[in-house]
Amino acid sequence: MNNTVQILVLATVALIAAIAANYARDLAYFANMLTVLLVSGGLFIWKVKRVGEPKEVQTGYEDGVVRAGVIATVFWGIVGFLVGLIIALQLAFPVLNFEWAEGIANFGRLRPLHTSAVIFAFGGNALIATSFYIVQRTTAARLWGGNLCWFVFWGFQLFIVLAATGYLLGATQSKEYAEPEWHLDIWLTVVWVAYLAVFLGTLIRRKEPHIYVANWFFLSFIVTIAMLHLVNNISIPVSIFGSKSVQLFSGVQDAMTQWWYAHNAVGFFLTAGFLGMMYYFIPKQANRPVYSYKLSIVHFWSLIFMYIWAGPHHLHYTALPDWASTLGMVFSVMLWMPSWGGMVNGLMTLSGAWDKLRTDPIIRMMAVAVAFYGMATFEGPVMSIRAVNSLSHYTDWTIGHVHSGALGWNGMITFGALYFLVPKLWKRDGLYSLNLVSWHFWLATIGIVFYAASMWVTGIMEGLMWREVDSHGFLVNSFADTVVAKYPMYLIRAAGGGLYLIGALLMCYNLWMTVARTRTETGRIADAPVPAE
Amino acid sequence: MRIEPKRIWKMSGNPDRDQEPEFTGHEWDGIRECNNPLPRWWLWTLYATIAWGVGYMVAYPALPLIERATPGILGYSTRAELAEDLEVASAANAPLDDRLVATNLNEIASLTDLREYAIRGGAAVFRNYCSQCHGSGAGGAFGYPNLLDDDWIWGGDIEAIHFSVSHGIRDDGDADSRYSEMPAFTELIESDEIDNVTEFVLKLSNQDHDPKMAGLGATVFEEQCSICHGEEGRGDREQGSPNVADAIWIYGGDRETVRQTIANGRFTVMPSWRERLTESQIRQVSVYVHQLGGGE
Repeated sequence: MNNTVQILVLATVALIAAIAANYARDLAYFANMLTVLLVSGGLFIWKVKRVGEPKEVQTGYEDGVVRAGVIATVFWGIVGFLVGLIIALQLAFPVLNFEWAEGIANFGRLRPLHTSAVIFAFGGNALIATSFYIVQRTTAARLWGGNLCWFVFWGFQLFIVLAATGYLLGATQSKEYAEPEWHLDIWLTVVWVAYLAVFLGTLIRRKEPHIYVANWFFLSFIVTIAMLHLVNNISIPVSIFGSKSVQLFSGVQDAMTQWWYAHNAVGFFLTAGFLGMMYYFIPKQANRPVYSYKLSIVHFWSLIFMYIWAGPHHLHYTALPDWASTLGMVFSVMLWMPSWGGMVNGLMTLSGAWDKLRTDPIIRMMAVAVAFYGMATFEGPVMSIRAVNSLSHYTDWTIGHVHSGALGWNGMITFGALYFLVPKLWKRDGLYSLNLVSWHFWLATIGIVFYAASMWVTGIMEGLMWREVDSHGFLVNSFADTVVAKYPMYLIRAAGGGLYLIGALLMCYNLWMTVARTRTETGRIADAPVPAE
Repeated sequence: MRIEPKRIWKMSGNPDRDQEPEFTGHEWDGIRECNNPLPRWWLWTLYATIAWGVGYMVAYPALPLIERATPGILGYSTRAELAEDLEVASAANAPLDDRLVATNLNEIASLTDLREYAIRGGAAVFRNYCSQCHGSGAGGAFGYPNLLDDDWIWGGDIEAIHFSVSHGIRDDGDADSRYSEMPAFTELIESDEIDNVTEFVLKLSNQDHDPKMAGLGATVFEEQCSICHGEEGRGDREQGSPNVADAIWIYGGDRETVRQTIANGRFTVMPSWRERLTESQIRQVSVYVHQLGGGE
């Protein structure tokens, strides 16, 4: 787009935002529109000031946006983990739901902030940044669309900020992982289409004859998330000047749509997308060929075909008809091996490089990530079985399951990717300290074990307590009895989360020092740490 | 195809693991791909889960057709299973339930088996329906009376408890609900009179108070309060007016709370349960509450 059009668009957006803020019917919408007004107004002034400046023609890889993405990933990661720790403590110590913060920072408001911050802000930025890095390297082409990739990056950050302020001020669709209201859904759609365009455009311009497996996974993730997002967010706003909207589906249809969405957000955001990362960073860091091309094809197609049907296992023993529940369960069990295909390919790629586990903490992180991936994708099918689900559903077991996947797989593979990327992106010799990476590895691993183990214990315990009846069939425990019994495990969970957060802070420091203190590739110094080979 | 048993568990079909792997010939940014075959155990497990899935779909309701879904050869249904479980449980308890409803309330305590049954059932009813307000240990909470002590507002014998549970308190959905209302005295008397009568209530309940104000408050109490709470403030169960001369309080007995209660009145509702619980369940929970410690 030429400058005049851009300036006109920005001015129009700022004007509309100002009008919308003026007529805003609720605080969340008002805050959102004010933010949009400030951002578009600021951009407008910045653009106008730069009119007439000569355009630089850039060649080579577009790594600026990847650098920005790396910074955003670390930042939102810390925010998300911190909010997670706070809500874990709020569950153990309800007094931390301070009366003065009621309606902003109580558990109900912070919980979606935590889930969205870690999944979409931390995970999403990690996916956008790594997919931009990987697609350029594996196609030998610069990102398509000029500055469109920057629009994707900043557009996504704006979405995160708008959604987060909305949650705190009470705007939510009350759909898990799809809490943002209608006006933010529209904005995310625009950003996501731009993301798809950049990614596809780059693939089309590739100089390699074949498309690398990582890019299949990224593309399936981008396309499927777009479809899920559009269908699950069909709603009619009560007013165009307010955040409240009404869902088009109702009752069990709405529940089914929601869990079709939410399950595949896990499947395509947290599984397919991150497998894309795994398929690039593990062979690169281990310097080994990918184990099996055949396996990658078979497990890719079987994974994306089967995942999409598994959603109903979230609704066993509800108003959902039995046949739908059966299908969800059967597809979940058949999904076991397609998921494990990624684990086998990742771990076997390391074969011949197992000795590096001792010397290279980054490889160790990636190997553990793949191991947790395997564990979580085995636990998932088990929990989807109706009989198991009747015990595990609504208990903390589910929370433990999610976190062994999220902290173990998504977190660890992202940390490994960040440690790989930062020296490359800032053209540094190596990391500031491999010792700190080792510390991060152990803190995170022990933290996850604390978290998952304590949630297994409380989950199974509370499931058993809920169903405990005496010889006459009378319930033995009240709900409050289970809450009291869970308290010690809540403390262990919070401790695990605390360790995980400390590990991430060490990473933050390490990456910062890598950029600030180590020399560039050309100016080697003798005592600079060298990555293990 | 014949397969030696051990080979199934090998990672690859390659007979010789030390042999140089076959590459696909593709390379991206230095990453090459081997063309190893699918691990046998992986493929066989995949086939096994698919075969199991097909079998499961034959056995259980699975495929939606035009009119209804395939029912499965086992004839399974979650709702039917639940209904059957409930049927079995209620059939097993039916004789005891029938006897409980037919027995005079006052005689239940002397019939050991019926009493034990009622207490266990009543405890479960209490955990499900009552603990939200009265606490899972029945110790009460701010605004909700303690059911462990012998300080009863509407009466603590088994019949009074049974009536309270059946019809609730101040529930306008039940014409038989117990009813009384403490007015907001801020609209009826002067502010300093409220201060004085507050001091008098503190005196009645044996707490630190201002003797001069309490003296003035005594007149106010006699004129305004004694008609419900009695001249000595010992309450009246006929009207559900609590004893204000002891150390047991529903909303709190400190100066500030007592003043607030007098100035603004109180109006706590307990729902009527006769529509939501069976008569047997109401009797169970009445017996349970009656034997907690304060039953008369």
